[in-house]
Amino acid sequence: MSTRAKKAEAALPTLGAKEMARWAWTQLTSMRTALMLLLLLAVAAVPGSLVPQRRAGPEIVDQWIEDNPFWGPILDFLQFFDVYTSVWFSAIYLLLFVSLVGCVVPRAIKHVKVMKSPPPRTPRRLSRLPESGTVVLEEEGPAPEQAVAQAKAWLKKRGYRVADHSDERRPSVSAERGYLREIGNIVFHFSLIGVLVFMAYGGMTKYTGQKILVEGEGFANNLVAYDSFTPGTYFNADQLKPFSLKLESFDAVFERQSETHYGQPIDYTARMEVREGPGAEPAEEILKVNSPLDVHGVRVYLVGNGYAPVVTIRDGEGDIAFQGPVVTRVQDQMYTSLAVIKAPDATPDQLGFVGLFLPAAVEGEDGVAVSVDPELLKPQLILNSYYGDLGLDAGVPQNVYVLDTENLTELNSRTNSNGGITLDEGQTYELPDGKGSISFDGVRRYVGLDLHYDPGKWGVGVFAATALIGLAVSLFVRRRRVWVRADTDEAGRTRVEYALLARGEATGLRAENVALRSAMEKMWPVTAPESDNGPEGEGDPAPRHTPGSGV
Amino acid sequence: MFNPTAPVNEQLALYSDLFMLIAALVYAASFIVFAVDMAVASTTIKRLEEELATERDLARHAQRSAVSVGGRGGGSTALLDRDPADSAALDRTGDGAESDLVDEDMDYTGRGRRPIANVAVAVLGIGWALHAFAVVARGLASHRVPWGNLYEFMTTGALLVTTVYLIFLFRKDLRFVGTFVTGLVVAMMCAATMGFPTPVGHLQPPLQSPWLVIHVSIAVLATALFTLTAAMSILQLVQSNAQSRMMQGKGTWSFLRLVPTAGALENWSYRINAVGFVMWSFTLIAGAIWAEAAWGRYWNWDTKEVWTFVIWVVYAAYLHARATRGWTGNRSAWLSIIGFACIVFNYTIVNMYFPGLHSYAGVPE
Repeated sequence: MSTRAKKAEAALPTLGAKEMARWAWTQLTSMRTALMLLLLLAVAAVPGSLVPQRRAGPEIVDQWIEDNPFWGPILDFLQFFDVYTSVWFSAIYLLLFVSLVGCVVPRAIKHVKVMKSPPPRTPRRLSRLPESGTVVLEEEGPAPEQAVAQAKAWLKKRGYRVADHSDERRPSVSAERGYLREIGNIVFHFSLIGVLVFMAYGGMTKYTGQKILVEGEGFANNLVAYDSFTPGTYFNADQLKPFSLKLESFDAVFERQSETHYGQPIDYTARMEVREGPGAEPAEEILKVNSPLDVHGVRVYLVGNGYAPVVTIRDGEGDIAFQGPVVTRVQDQMYTSLAVIKAPDATPDQLGFVGLFLPAAVEGEDGVAVSVDPELLKPQLILNSYYGDLGLDAGVPQNVYVLDTENLTELNSRTNSNGGITLDEGQTYELPDGKGSISFDGVRRYVGLDLHYDPGKWGVGVFAATALIGLAVSLFVRRRRVWVRADTDEAGRTRVEYALLARGEATGLRAENVALRSAMEKMWPVTAPESDNGPEGEGDPAPRHTPGSGV
Repeated sequence: MFNPTAPVNEQLALYSDLFMLIAALVYAASFIVFAVDMAVASTTIKRLEEELATERDLARHAQRSAVSVGGRGGGSTALLDRDPADSAALDRTGDGAESDLVDEDMDYTGRGRRPIANVAVAVLGIGWALHAFAVVARGLASHRVPWGNLYEFMTTGALLVTTVYLIFLFRKDLRFVGTFVTGLVVAMMCAATMGFPTPVGHLQPPLQSPWLVIHVSIAVLATALFTLTAAMSILQLVQSNAQSRMMQGKGTWSFLRLVPTAGALENWSYRINAVGFVMWSFTLIAGAIWAEAAWGRYWNWDTKEVWTFVIWVVYAAYLHARATRGWTGNRSAWLSIIGFACIVFNYTIVNMYFPGLHSYAGVPE
């Protein structure tokens, strides 16, 4: 970025506050600091992949802290479970961006000046530059002024900006090209700022929500309808557009041809009914894993699916205490799913069930049923039952997928005398002691949807694209300076001297030398070289062994 | 691009597996030959020097006879007078100028043959053809691009490493880095075929996206380039160490005389790393776009995203090091090596042991 660190290093004597600030600023915007901050940033990002992060799953973090009573609280204090929002990570990238601004802004200003001014004057001694050469023209060749004019035309055609110095005693032309390289560099760095700004803007205005929909069920876009909802810093509930979604049907296709991958999912397709507003016509749309729906800028993603067995629970008095689909949690590739059913309306005792749903149940050797296929070949519910107080009346929010059995009495279990409950589709089980009954009426499928709204993402995308273009330009455009000067030698012939200089990487400078030289040889009647310091001769690590040079 | 309903061609898949193994063996053979070339470097160097000396002698004789045929007394005397000094110069270069044997720009010098290294390159070419067949067959058998799990990613990655290396070999004399490149390719092939063998199958729904083709292919290509530069950076460190030993008058490994100078290695790995960095940036952006299309957020600090970012930052630091005083040379070589170590870590440890949304390795649990 900037090379001012050099100057700063020399300035050691005692400093006042103003000088101190200037010194600090110079240090911060130096390339060395940028390099250090980059390395620090790389190191600081790593812990986020080693220990669980709250952003991904707070319950995993809590578990981790519980399992590591010594390190857990220490790392928590040091914000290791929120690495990417932690003070230290933020400090590093903010410092990096300050350093970037402090470095790139002066560079941009300087480059504007450079672009406004002509290429620098021709140095006195061209032969001192790393790539240089001389050609001497035959007597019928052009005069020095003409030769310079022709060289200028050639350079111009090749994309160089040229400055004419033909009014001087020895006429010359200076030329430069590749200004785009620095522009690309500046665009790249400013684009990174753009990316950061729009990420922050997105973080303020975006929201994310999850919703599980069983076939036939609908969802209207308002806050209470979501299963979980994560708003941005400045989210406002009025932002929610009043659209609605309904899951018509869901189909999953599983691998059936390959033996090795038998049962692996191949395709998920959800048919959705979308209403863009309260009075709008419903439209049928297909939702797939890699092709989200877009409703008023809100993107709807298919992120999960599973089975929801439909059950009817009657209580001890014979009334229906619960009826409907129960969303189960998929545990493995065979869709072995955890089922928790709560019937708080049951009287006299509330009823709770916990167990497994198996889409293709087969009894294993130990008498425990397992699922052998993800499709509904022989759906079965295997449950334990409980009665007592479900704890739902206390007003404390509960996880619907967990049954707290603390205040419950076990009714059915594989380990007690009543045995567990095993239900095939269409069967009913009478609970012991006249506590009620449970029927397995059928199975519906459900989908897990993620809804995302992030107005900042377009800005991020645009700036990421300009960053990439700027980067490529800054690395691959070559910046060169060329000078050509002509005069008349002792024998009265026109002598043309030239030199090339790379700014930044010298890659390809030799090729440019060759191109220039051969263009000259084509344009003018060049005499045979007396002492060769053309492209072939220079830079060769070994000395050339022409007779006479080996002393 | 992918056809999840078309049946897998099991026969072709078997051929793919077979050819993958054969290719791995041929690569191993190439690696051995490259290693032999390295081991007998001192003999090679001696022979090359003799050849060079003979060439010069011949040239001198030719000159001399040309002069005597031309037969103008004055000129001839003058040449003969100069002769002792001239031959002394030739002898000096024969002993002293290390760089004489290789070109700084890594162009083929046309000076002297290296039959053993050439055999190694030829064997590598054969291995590449077998390997290319195996990878293409794998793709055809499953009706999709052959990079849907870790096995395919590694075998396709190894193919690209070889491809990039062979393409470079057409233009540039990179034979000196052959042992490292083939060694790495053999390691990748072994890891894939022994560590993560995965039968041909269809893609899981999350991977069924055009972005799989764009994002992963550029990622593999970038990885191939970084592999090459990592090998060059290791050699750069070795060479730089050798150069300082030489300054102290100590002996060095004779193979290093067939390797360009540390400075030349640094320049070239910088150029290749610059291309790799642009590709890696593209990988990162394309990955973010895909993540947005598949999961709804373009960046979520998923394990794989973290490491892609870390690698990007390390190589960004590498590029900045080039323009920082005191950070060129060995330090920048270390950054290049660290960057590559992160890549290896990302594709192996992270894929296998770190949970995340990118868990498509297909590794049995």
